[in-house]
Amino acid sequence: MAVDIWYLARLRETLACDHEQLELSDGIDTVSDLLHWLSQRGEVWHQTLLDEKILVAVNHTVASMHTTISDDDEIAFFPPVTGG
Amino acid sequence: MIKIQQQDFDLGEEYDALRARSRSPGAIVTFSGLVRDISDRENISAMELEHYPGMTEKSLQGIADQARERWQLDQFTIIHRVGKLLPDQQIVFVGVSSAHRAAAFAACEFIMDYLKTQAPFWKKEFTTAGARWVEAKSSDQESAQRWQPK
Repeated sequence: MAVDIWYLARLRETLACDHEQLELSDGIDTVSDLLHWLSQRGEVWHQTLLDEKILVAVNHTVASMHTTISDDDEIAFFPPVTGG
Repeated sequence: MIKIQQQDFDLGEEYDALRARSRSPGAIVTFSGLVRDISDRENISAMELEHYPGMTEKSLQGIADQARERWQLDQFTIIHRVGKLLPDQQIVFVGVSSAHRAAAFAACEFIMDYLKTQAPFWKKEFTTAGARWVEAKSSDQESAQRWQPK
């Protein structure tokens, strides 16, 4: 299954990556699975993505670690919001 | 009406437009937020506002829908600016019309509290000590929590 992933605000700068399209291997079914898989890319990824404050949206709706991922989903990881 | 834009807005024009769209408003409450010129420690020379296109509009619409479920509202306008902003410039506008002032006041505060804690915007401050991302404030979370059912 293929997904679009966006890293926003502080995450984009820390990870030096704003957007990527990934083909996910079998066994990555939830947001939590995806985070743990991405966190194996190295120390920076591990520290940034496994921060408990990190938020996630799937197809522009706030999601949780248990949310199931489907083919063609747009997934975004971001820090707590600070608008207004 | 929801607008995410780089350009400034005119309070008078937004008030007039909201009033014209409303059917029989007894009250219109408007709020405008400005960029502060000082943060926790340093003077701010500029602010950069980032958002997540697609989700931002959906999130603000969801907040407005929740406000409509809680109060009898007529019309609303939410404007949030993005991009580079300077101290004292306008950053956000919320206007609500209703038959009664209590609903308009409450809905305007509710929308701002939820916008600050749920809508995907991020501020980066530029100060004499360099640039840094603004941290989310627990006081904003507490302010939003007062609308939760007890």
